[in-house]
Amino acid sequence: MRASIGDKVIFTHAELDRLIALLWGDGIPVVGPKVADGAVVYEPLGGIGEMPWGWSDESGPGHYRLVAGEDGALFGYSLGAQGWKRHLYPPRQNLFRAERAGRGFRILRSVGDDASPPMAFLGVRACELTAIGVLDRVFSQEGFEEPGYRSRRGKVIIIAVECARAVGTCFCASAGGGPAVDGRFDIKLNEIVEDGGHVFLAVAGSDTGAALLSRLSVVPASDAQIIIAAAQPVEAARQQSRRMDAEAPGILERSLESPHWDDVAGRCLTCGNCTMVCPTCFCTTVEDVTDLSGNHAERWRLWDSCFTIDYSHIAGGALRQKASSRYRQWLTHKLSTWHRQFGMSGCVGCGRCIAWCPVGIDITREIESLRKAGGSDGTD
Amino acid sequence: MDGYPKGNAVGAPVDPMIPRPFRITKVKSEVPGVFSWHLVPVDGGGFAYRPGQFNMLYLFGVGEVAISISGDCRDGEKIVHTIRIAGSVTKAMSSLSVGDVIGVRGPFGRPWPVEPIYGSDLVFVTGTIGLAPLRPLIYEVLHQRDKFGRVIICYGSRGTDDILYEDELHLWRGRFDTNVHVTVHSAPSGYRGRIGSVAAAVRAAHIEGGDTQAFVCRSEVMTKPAVDALHERGVSSERIWVTLERNMKCGIGLCGHCQFGPTFMCRDGPVYRFDEIEHLFEIREL
Repeated sequence: MRASIGDKVIFTHAELDRLIALLWGDGIPVVGPKVADGAVVYEPLGGIGEMPWGWSDESGPGHYRLVAGEDGALFGYSLGAQGWKRHLYPPRQNLFRAERAGRGFRILRSVGDDASPPMAFLGVRACELTAIGVLDRVFSQEGFEEPGYRSRRGKVIIIAVECARAVGTCFCASAGGGPAVDGRFDIKLNEIVEDGGHVFLAVAGSDTGAALLSRLSVVPASDAQIIIAAAQPVEAARQQSRRMDAEAPGILERSLESPHWDDVAGRCLTCGNCTMVCPTCFCTTVEDVTDLSGNHAERWRLWDSCFTIDYSHIAGGALRQKASSRYRQWLTHKLSTWHRQFGMSGCVGCGRCIAWCPVGIDITREIESLRKAGGSDGTD
Repeated sequence: MDGYPKGNAVGAPVDPMIPRPFRITKVKSEVPGVFSWHLVPVDGGGFAYRPGQFNMLYLFGVGEVAISISGDCRDGEKIVHTIRIAGSVTKAMSSLSVGDVIGVRGPFGRPWPVEPIYGSDLVFVTGTIGLAPLRPLIYEVLHQRDKFGRVIICYGSRGTDDILYEDELHLWRGRFDTNVHVTVHSAPSGYRGRIGSVAAAVRAAHIEGGDTQAFVCRSEVMTKPAVDALHERGVSSERIWVTLERNMKCGIGLCGHCQFGPTFMCRDGPVYRFDEIEHLFEIREL
């Protein structure tokens, strides 16, 4: 059957395996969920046999565990420990290599000539898709597009999977990041496991997606299946107990000198985990290295965190010495100044920063506390 | 301020992350721990910039630093940078000599306003190496001297041996159309110049607040006393321009390091109109 954009079709889990093989056959590496070191990670994926089949997850402040799922689903977990950012904007990127030439140097290679291979992302959640949209905005500025990101992003095929459940740290419904997938995908999937059946309801969102679906064995979705799929994100939203205050940007603007920052700093270890797992944090530093001869030099761009002391270093020392200043920078940037910079929030509500904080700091609670500590605009 | 650029104004390079080789054609020792370079593009091309912009200077295999451009932007031959030895990169740079080649990325940042302030009196408030980012604007003002009212330069240094561009300060002082007030914090006995703070020099200068535009380049803690003195002289925050400093790695608002409130200093600064940032200015460790 030929599938067009917007058609709702059904295929079996065995066909998903074929889709993965088809993509590899086309020379497109598939990156998708796997279990490694007790967590779901997004890595190159050969077939559904490598996926977290039957695994589910639970998550809370400073807490993440894989647990046995109930229904044998392939996408029964909620989120990978790290998002897709590492595949679109790798933690280490070479900016250039250079060699000594006379009394100067010659550039041998620049980030612009990096011909990155295409990729297919399998299992992108709504919040992650929103996060990719945020990165698209961050890396595409007036007069300048980050060439490495643009090159990778332009060749990515996105196969999104809508959430049917939420975990304890999810708050995408209030942050605006999900749970419904509503754009930017090539194929959107809903996994339906019931009565011994295991199928996917698929919709193509692009010509690429439609062409891929047309190569699979698909049948039109039934009304019952369409209703089940539509109910999944509704249920995922209903299960969310955490909520991001819609007034967060204003609360933070009024809280720059709040005493509450010292309270957070009493708990925060400034480890930077939150910034490393955040799907939108984009800060980087550069590292210049040479070989032993001193005739070859390289510059690398590395993910950086606003929690390091070096981050704010200027001649004379670091500007943000105190943990409270660094925490304020992270939270205020993510939830408030981001709007001024990019016209959107830097937070999609994935909740990773809550789960992977070793002391369980919960940004939704910190906003609540800041509001109570005086960040309210007085209307409540 | 219609027509005043919001971000990187001119000459944004094709690949802003790749250094372009420039040859050092002159090294000048300025004051202890401070030197200047004249730089010429190795590829023979040009280099356009506006007063107040900065470059990222790269020393092969060592590292990169953000340094303001301190020459005359009408000089089509060379660019000038004045560098204070502050860390490992600038220390290594201080050992280079004429003929050596370094890398330049830039120009970056929002420049000082020029055309929008035609007709105003101007006052420059700075000290020690802070004169370096202001000098291109002073040159530009002197090129178009008839477009402006009175020109006052208030400059302070620690002692009498660290007055940056001292020869030029004398030169400008000798002009009938500029007022130059140099003040030092400490001086040997018998010194006949002004002793005291830059803020005190501002208070003593004949500034008529109404249509004066002020340009301030001081360390962040010393900026406030300078601004206070200007306010006292009737110069309001909308007529005060400051240039600030943050850690910079990229120059294009991408690495995040230079954030100051909602702004990326490398792109939305380093020049700010003071009223844009007044509410953030005294918040500690922002």
